[in-house]
Amino acid sequence: MRGWMGKFRSLFLFGTLALILSGCGKDNLSALKPKGYSSELILDLMLISIAIMIFVFVIVMAIYAFVLVRYRQKKDDEDIIPKQVEGNKALEVIWTVIPIILLLVLAVPTVQATFDLADRSTQDDDGVLTVEVTGNQYWWHFNYKGEEISSSQELYIPTGERVYLDMKASDVLHSFWLPSIAGKMDTLPGENINTMYLEAYEEGVYWGHCTELCGPSHSLMDFRVVAVSQDEFEQLKEDFRNIDPEAKPETDSAVEGQKTFNNKCMSCHAIGNAPMGVGPNLSNFANRERIAGILEPTKENLVSWITNPDEHKPGNKMPANLVDEQQAEEIADYLLQLDHTDVGEDAPTQSEE
Amino acid sequence: MSTAAAQKSGFLATIWDYLTTVDHKKIAQLYLYTGGFFFLVGGVEAMLIRIQLMKPDNDFLSAGLYNEMITMHGTTMIFLAAMPLIFALMNAVVPLQIGARDVAFPFLNSLGFWLFFFGGVLLNVSWFTGGAPDAGWTNYAPLSTTSPGHGVDYYVMGLQISGAGTLIAGINFLVTIVNMRAPGMTYMRMPLFTWSTFVTSALILFAFPALTVGLFLMMFDRMFGSAFFDVALGGNVIIWEHLFWIFGHPEVYILILPLFGAFSDIFSTFSKKRLFGYSAMVFATVLIGFLGFMVWAHHMFTVGMGPIANSIFAVATMAIAVPTGIKIFNWLFTMWGGQIRMTAAMLWSVAFIPSFTIGGMTGVMLAAAAADYQYHDTYFVVGHFHYVIVGGVAFGLFAGLHYWWPKMFGKILNEKLGKLAFWPFFIGFHLTFFIQHFLGLMGMPRRYWVFLDGQGLNTGNLISTIGAFLMAIGTIIFLINIVYTAFKEPKVGGDPWNGRTLEWAIPSPPPHYNFAQTPLVRGLDPLWVEKMDGKKGMTPSEPLGDIHMPNGSILPFMMSLGMFIAGFGFIYQIDSSSWLIAVFIGMGITLGSMLTRSLKDDLGHHIHKEELERDIKKGAGK
Repeated sequence: MRGWMGKFRSLFLFGTLALILSGCGKDNLSALKPKGYSSELILDLMLISIAIMIFVFVIVMAIYAFVLVRYRQKKDDEDIIPKQVEGNKALEVIWTVIPIILLLVLAVPTVQATFDLADRSTQDDDGVLTVEVTGNQYWWHFNYKGEEISSSQELYIPTGERVYLDMKASDVLHSFWLPSIAGKMDTLPGENINTMYLEAYEEGVYWGHCTELCGPSHSLMDFRVVAVSQDEFEQLKEDFRNIDPEAKPETDSAVEGQKTFNNKCMSCHAIGNAPMGVGPNLSNFANRERIAGILEPTKENLVSWITNPDEHKPGNKMPANLVDEQQAEEIADYLLQLDHTDVGEDAPTQSEE
Repeated sequence: MSTAAAQKSGFLATIWDYLTTVDHKKIAQLYLYTGGFFFLVGGVEAMLIRIQLMKPDNDFLSAGLYNEMITMHGTTMIFLAAMPLIFALMNAVVPLQIGARDVAFPFLNSLGFWLFFFGGVLLNVSWFTGGAPDAGWTNYAPLSTTSPGHGVDYYVMGLQISGAGTLIAGINFLVTIVNMRAPGMTYMRMPLFTWSTFVTSALILFAFPALTVGLFLMMFDRMFGSAFFDVALGGNVIIWEHLFWIFGHPEVYILILPLFGAFSDIFSTFSKKRLFGYSAMVFATVLIGFLGFMVWAHHMFTVGMGPIANSIFAVATMAIAVPTGIKIFNWLFTMWGGQIRMTAAMLWSVAFIPSFTIGGMTGVMLAAAAADYQYHDTYFVVGHFHYVIVGGVAFGLFAGLHYWWPKMFGKILNEKLGKLAFWPFFIGFHLTFFIQHFLGLMGMPRRYWVFLDGQGLNTGNLISTIGAFLMAIGTIIFLINIVYTAFKEPKVGGDPWNGRTLEWAIPSPPPHYNFAQTPLVRGLDPLWVEKMDGKKGMTPSEPLGDIHMPNGSILPFMMSLGMFIAGFGFIYQIDSSSWLIAVFIGMGITLGSMLTRSLKDDLGHHIHKEELERDIKKGAGK
């Protein structure tokens, strides 16, 4: 029983509601199956509001049904003229005051939760991780502040502690939404930094979406957040710091791919620790859940993506036909062996069917 | 009757008559036809969206086209369908309800319509000239300022021109209701539809200028190289969001309040009772209008305003539930103890109560700022605002059209077909939108061109699409009903519903001058008061005499046409400065027409006493 509403959850209505709603959606994606501090806090607030609303709705519908059944005009009553009632002061007061009370019941936890979710009191403490998040058309970049590592598309966080996100956008508005762990926050271009925090309870791979219309491929700007244990996270930092972008691959094809990649792709992409480029950082590519956030991680898909990215993500900035089919296959071989860490490989990702 | 029309004849004369008319009843028809047409356009766009989202990874529409579709669906439905259809009802009914012969500024009334008309046409021309606007109906910067092509330019010019028309119409109704009420029609005797029109007009007066300013800034950024929304040059993208929602939130009350008024009149008429808690209803309407200006930032909870601002706007938003709740209960108690006749108009009104209550409740849920971090920009929001806009505004328009159709056209819309249209629409509506609340919480953001397989969203989206088809069937039956009624239904008298308010005291459709003698109002529901006193009609407040009426004029049409032409000039002058010629020609036509209007005296005409006496003998002008 976590979350500040925990002690009330056993109340009948909340319990039933929570049970019904938890049947909705996929694990690690649905806001109705919270796996983190913020999402649980928010679900509790939703349950309070839903309970109040159902209470009101039942009353309205009871009066409604009674009125419609009881006061329908009967066949021979067409000449009856009902009493022309002006109103009723007592009733008016009742249906003004009771809603005000109900709204106050909702307003108090709303304000509490709003301030709770905006809390940044521990951000500057020692050992607290802040990740700088940048939304781009149509990918996400994550720079782990003070750690000298960065990643794109997949954000790694330790479980059981608050991780702060300092967020902005490089082009148009985006919005970072991770329903099963936290809510969402917009990312804005310019100097404005928005901050939110994530606190995941369980290890897992969580699905995130962009939720602010950002162009044709807005719906394809998915990302993942991989929550791992704190020990594993330390290991990950170590592994990421040690990435050697020049490491020689094992197969000939991959070696060729590396050459082509370094010639043609490195102006936008990076491998290993590097400042954010025009395109995503490709560290640990072999362990990605998805290519470009959306495609199954097969070689075939990767080749298709490299030769014609616009077919998969309309309007994205990667040029088509930069390399030929042969080169694309070699690059794919190279990228798919970029296995930089074992961390997160066994994290559960129940959202798959 | 304008003298020009009298000289021509036949079809062309009718066209000319409508182009030049300043009669509020004919302008109501123009609003109805244009708004109805755009409603169908927006409906087709909605169907295409739902077909695209029928199954995962669908490729029925391309990504770019899909964004154009959602943008135009929203923009069309709000600005070009709902607003004009509401103005159709206001124009048809409000002058009659207050016992006036026309609105305060008949010429402006016509100008307001033609500006709206040409603005709407301009916006839709974009489909044929290389792409419609694609940045959402909210048109957030910098996506909009950097959108390639001319789509967003059409959005800016189209809405600017039609927005000017709306502002003019709003001012006109304010002045009309303040100045043109018949003797005895005090504020607290006005029917609720008139009251809500009054409050709505005030909202238009204060809300639309914010949109105008926003659109001008956007226009300068896109067409003349300014940088209000360009962060690289020190601009700020959030300013657009504030300006848009300072307009946009009152806009949703602009849409719903008149229909609250219509429902009030309908519940009262078909329950044969006066409105329960009339003064509370008036007070609630004014309060909703007032609070409507205090809550715009609840559309921006996730923008990073901080917990203090978010909390204030959350609580302010929740407060609106109180006056809205007052209204719901007063409607229920209006029916309580009445004699309810379930006509088609009443059916739509009765269906409105649970539908809108659900929409209002999800509104309160959305107001809880912290919870909105999950709801925001997901299908939960889509579900919510369709519950209030379809369940409130669309149901209200159907109800209002059924109710006032005999007053506008002299015939009752076929009741059987009316109810037949209702059921598929009603069932389809709940099927389409209820599930969307869950889709949102299950992880489906709004404005998604495709959703991926394997996220548990397939069934919900399919159900939603099936519902949309049912709504389309309902709409088609309603259209069939209009045609059927026009050809098959008999004419009815002036008061087919046993009405209570002044519009039912005169023939259907009313004569050009509405009231041969201005009526004397002796209480709330003035016609009902007279009926209870055993009288057949209203007591006149003046002797029969000549009536002064305004002349028709082509000038409003010409002024708007000029703006339309200049609009193209503004849009394309970025490509080539030779398009500036269009700006000069267009503005020349507009300013020339204004000059003509200023210099040429038009004193109107008189309808003579003898003519009125002839009409009265034929049964008019009671």
